[in-house]
Amino acid sequence: MSMSKTSKVIIYVLLTIMALYFLSPFVYMFFTTFKTEAEAIAYPPTLFPKKWLVGNFLDAWNAQPFGTYLWNSILVTVGTTAGQLLSCSLVAFGFARYNFKGKNVLFMILLSTMMIPWDVTMIPQYMEFKVFGWINTLKPLIVPAWFGSAYYIFLMRQFLMGIPKDFEEAARIDGANAFQIYWKIFMPIMKPQLILVGVLNMISVWNDYLGPLIFLQDRSKFTLALGLASFKGVHSTQIIPMLCITVIMILPPIIVFLFAQKHIVEGTSGSIK
Amino acid sequence: MDKKLLRKGTPYFFILPWIIGFLVFTAGPLVLSLIMSFFEWPITSSPTFRGLGNYIEMFTADKQFYKSLVITLKYAAIFVPLNMVIALFLAMLITQPVKGVKIYRTIFYIPAVISGVAISIIWSWILNGNYGALNYLLSLIGIDGPNWLVDPAWALFAVIMASAFGVGTMMLIFYTDIKSIPIDLYEAASLDGANPARQFFSITLPIITPTILFNLITSLISAFQQLTLVMLLTKGGPLNSTYFYGMYTYNNAFKHHKLGYASANAWVMFVIILFLTAIVFKSSSAWVFYEAEAKSAKKNGKSGKGGKR
Repeated sequence: MSMSKTSKVIIYVLLTIMALYFLSPFVYMFFTTFKTEAEAIAYPPTLFPKKWLVGNFLDAWNAQPFGTYLWNSILVTVGTTAGQLLSCSLVAFGFARYNFKGKNVLFMILLSTMMIPWDVTMIPQYMEFKVFGWINTLKPLIVPAWFGSAYYIFLMRQFLMGIPKDFEEAARIDGANAFQIYWKIFMPIMKPQLILVGVLNMISVWNDYLGPLIFLQDRSKFTLALGLASFKGVHSTQIIPMLCITVIMILPPIIVFLFAQKHIVEGTSGSIK
Repeated sequence: MDKKLLRKGTPYFFILPWIIGFLVFTAGPLVLSLIMSFFEWPITSSPTFRGLGNYIEMFTADKQFYKSLVITLKYAAIFVPLNMVIALFLAMLITQPVKGVKIYRTIFYIPAVISGVAISIIWSWILNGNYGALNYLLSLIGIDGPNWLVDPAWALFAVIMASAFGVGTMMLIFYTDIKSIPIDLYEAASLDGANPARQFFSITLPIITPTILFNLITSLISAFQQLTLVMLLTKGGPLNSTYFYGMYTYNNAFKHHKLGYASANAWVMFVIILFLTAIVFKSSSAWVFYEAEAKSAKKNGKSGKGGKR
């Protein structure tokens, strides 16, 4: 389809206005992190710092045990991602490549669990984890991920359903058992889906605030999201350190997203079909 | 014999992780939560049975229950349509055949990968009444901006603005759907002399109605559960003007330690969500247009008119 010059101009103008809306807070925040506190609350505001105070980041980082928070965030992110990839691919494989009694009912139950609001299960889960002695540890955040998650299972199952039925026949004739077929044949073809689920999980776990808020009490166990939120509570009058940590906090998901963008876009189209 | 049993058991072995997880982390808590909602259940001492007491208290004696419910409904009523219109608008923009459009797609999506904690910090700084950038920009065009987060008349609006920042997820869902519409539909329409607006309303919009339904339901559910942003942006204030239902439930549980009462709160929300979802589904037969119908319509001739019925 060809397009007239005026309509092209209109589209670019609209795109740019919207891009400014989404991007300018980040750009403004980035420049502000190098300012002095007085500059940051000056009115009218300025965009560029008078002097670039690179040390702001170090001061902010040392104001609280952010190194510990970062380590905890990494542990939770890696631990849940490994768990989700293994458990969801196993379950999706079972649902997509086998026929068995109760399959449809179980799959409907799996889908309907996505409707259950978090508010309903959070209180009993809290009590459960208290009985297990897991409160104030990272276990409530990591262990459930090893038992699959409905949306990710659904994404992987949709993909596996599209592979021809006789795909595993040859391997079966060669004497491979079910687990070998899953691990050696299907895991490699599922690579795009594994990346998609891994990235989605990394981003959502890294960003999670409510889970850590409920299950963690000691600063030594805080994740970065929770640490930043508590930092906001204590240092609400100091803007610069808060914005410095915010910049550090948002960088990993943005970088991961930029690398995996293609998979996210394609995965989204796969899931709604 | 053993081999046969093993073969029959194989699929169950694969789905076993989910079955265990479902029982321990979903079904168990769901049942427990329902049971708890009939008890007075303090965190420290032992529970006592109350029958329907929690529910009766909620509906007859607890004014905050109604207030929080109304605030949440108001939020959902503004946020859900607004978010969908913006998402669709952005999706239409980034499906236009112009150069460099993918860069814009990336920019629009970035806020959606950022933590609610970060978003609330960024917005509480931009919306600040004394030195905030938004009021400065408004002052340039002669508008005296309100003190967004401190003024009860504007705080809810501020929360809506901050939550609309994460519109990218929904935009991407619309985008992939619009992308998959065959281009010959548009070519045929434009040969028939249909202008872009006409093409949007008689081709794009009808074809994406299933996606609209999907986005409507998911955003409705998430609107009812909104908690992170209000907790960090306004803490429910000022004067409880943003004391959302999610926050009401959370505070009853973990601040006032009334676990039984909070469970009853949560179940009422669950029922409301199910009820609203059912209404949306029921209405959908009147406005959602499925592809299978479109294909059979196409086979009967009339390829250009992909419109509603």
